[in-house]
Amino acid sequence: MNDFPIIKVNNLIKDYAMVKQSFRALNGVNISLNIGEFCGLVGPSGSGKTTLLNIIGALDNPTDGDAIVMDKSVNALSHKEAAKMRTESIGFIFQTYNLLPVYSVFENVEFPLLLLKINKREREEAVMRALEWVGLTGKANSRPSQLSGGESQRVAVARAMVKLPKIVLADEPTANLDAANSHNILKTMQNLNHELKTTFIFATHDEKVIGYLRRKIVLSDGKVVDDVNIH
Amino acid sequence: MLIIKLAFRNIIHSGLRTWLNVLVLSFAFVLIILIEGLYDGMSEQVKDAEIDSHVGGGQFWQKEYDPYDSFSLERSHSEIPAELKQEIERGNASAVFIVSASIFPRNLIQSVSLKGIDPDQKIVNLPVSILKKEIDTNVIPGIIGSRMAKSTGLQTGDYVSARWRNINGTFDAGDIKIVKVIDINLPSVDKGQIWIPLEKLRNMVQAPGQATVITLKKNIDRIPAVSRNWIFKDYNYLLKDLNDNINRKRLYSNFVFSLLLGMALLAVFDTQVLSIFRRRKEIGTLMALGMTRWSIIGLFTLEGCLLGILAFIAGTVYGYPILAYLAKVGLVLPRMIERSQFAILLTLYPKYGLRLYLITGMILCMSVIVVSFLPTRTITNLKPTDALKGKLS
Repeated sequence: MNDFPIIKVNNLIKDYAMVKQSFRALNGVNISLNIGEFCGLVGPSGSGKTTLLNIIGALDNPTDGDAIVMDKSVNALSHKEAAKMRTESIGFIFQTYNLLPVYSVFENVEFPLLLLKINKREREEAVMRALEWVGLTGKANSRPSQLSGGESQRVAVARAMVKLPKIVLADEPTANLDAANSHNILKTMQNLNHELKTTFIFATHDEKVIGYLRRKIVLSDGKVVDDVNIH
Repeated sequence: MLIIKLAFRNIIHSGLRTWLNVLVLSFAFVLIILIEGLYDGMSEQVKDAEIDSHVGGGQFWQKEYDPYDSFSLERSHSEIPAELKQEIERGNASAVFIVSASIFPRNLIQSVSLKGIDPDQKIVNLPVSILKKEIDTNVIPGIIGSRMAKSTGLQTGDYVSARWRNINGTFDAGDIKIVKVIDINLPSVDKGQIWIPLEKLRNMVQAPGQATVITLKKNIDRIPAVSRNWIFKDYNYLLKDLNDNINRKRLYSNFVFSLLLGMALLAVFDTQVLSIFRRRKEIGTLMALGMTRWSIIGLFTLEGCLLGILAFIAGTVYGYPILAYLAKVGLVLPRMIERSQFAILLTLYPKYGLRLYLITGMILCMSVIVVSFLPTRTITNLKPTDALKGKLS
């Protein structure tokens, strides 16, 4: 693991406007994450895990404070710059897989590379390599509707990893999976983290995931209440 | 380039939803071309019929002649000038002498125009040669159109009493024998008119050598210069009423055009709205993967646009043989249309050109782009985090 911080969150506050008053989802969060970390944002529902993940991924803006991702302030990014950062450097894995239903497995994994305007030959090589990482080369032509939950999430992992991003943000990636599939997916991600030095950040309250983490940041009511390295 | 590829993939992979839209749009496309073609064909047929059977290559009117004032008929005739006589002798023109009269069919009085025409003339396409049969007898032979026959109850072989004034203003009367009812369905040569031999009419009103209208041959090389008593009326003047009528009918055709297009576009609009609603999560995913909002708007708009292009292609593929067949065999209209004030032939031949096809196709595609774009504007307000949750901001 490299000690150079890839993500720095300073006194982050996020309020959501409600009908009568606002709801504070993040309340002065300060964290720093280094390149190659395999870390989890842990806490109960409503603790602010997903909100923090969305801000780090430039999908949302903080109300106050700042998140510096790869030396860029998320606050200062325009829509276009945020999209560019996501295209080039961030991979997302969602609880509900979010595969594009009309595309095949191959096309789903290929999609981020199309956005990066990579040529066809390189795309094909990269997609097949990513499918090999997750053990789904035999399902390249299948549609998402033909896959099991575990397979769908492995496709989502391949899609997040195919462009070799610096950061992968995974929001409850195992919530819809059984134990065997969860371990399979986590093992795959752990291997990719070792091999490619990609920074993985999970938002989770799943004990299975927590068992694989090397760092656990515990959130409660929008605050960091614990931050521990696990050896 | 990327969004074109993606839009095409989405369209193809969307299956039934795509093809239903393409079907509706292409059906509207073909129907619009057919209806516009029918109007174009009808206008052309009607004009051709009017020129063939009535207007010829233009007409010289006696200066007092006013077709809308039957009282003017008493004074709207004079000797045919030498220049026009020459043209008649050369077979380039034909004289018509018009006299106001009353007939008494079914014991009722009805005003008519007696129109004297040379039974040997070849200038207008009217079957008047049959009038020659009775030319040397005391019988006054007459030809009427089917509308006239219907309104008077007269049939071939019937006699009808007629009363007219001679050139000195004295009333005279006689029986006209209907020798033929022509199924011409052209009001300008039918309604309130009886065609009789020119010389016979001149004798009846004691007006030798007189005429009211001289009709020139179609495509005549040169319009003869004539004295001030005779005024030349060209197509613009003679077909003005007809053109006005066609333009009024065109308004109706444009209404049908808009209605059909509107219905088809509503289907596309609905599909787009539904599509955005149904694909919110997909939109969120696309944003998370790095697509900008405007790229996503472009993608959705392009998907709609591709529907228009596919409909254009599909409409061409299945519509061309149908339209070509109809243009060849024509469309038989119901008999009731005869009642229209418009001269409509019973079989209409639609006429469509490349211009109609391309303009309709272009209007279709442009409209589809607009209605595809309108609902996608909501994407600009969509927050990626909400979209990922399947919410609309």
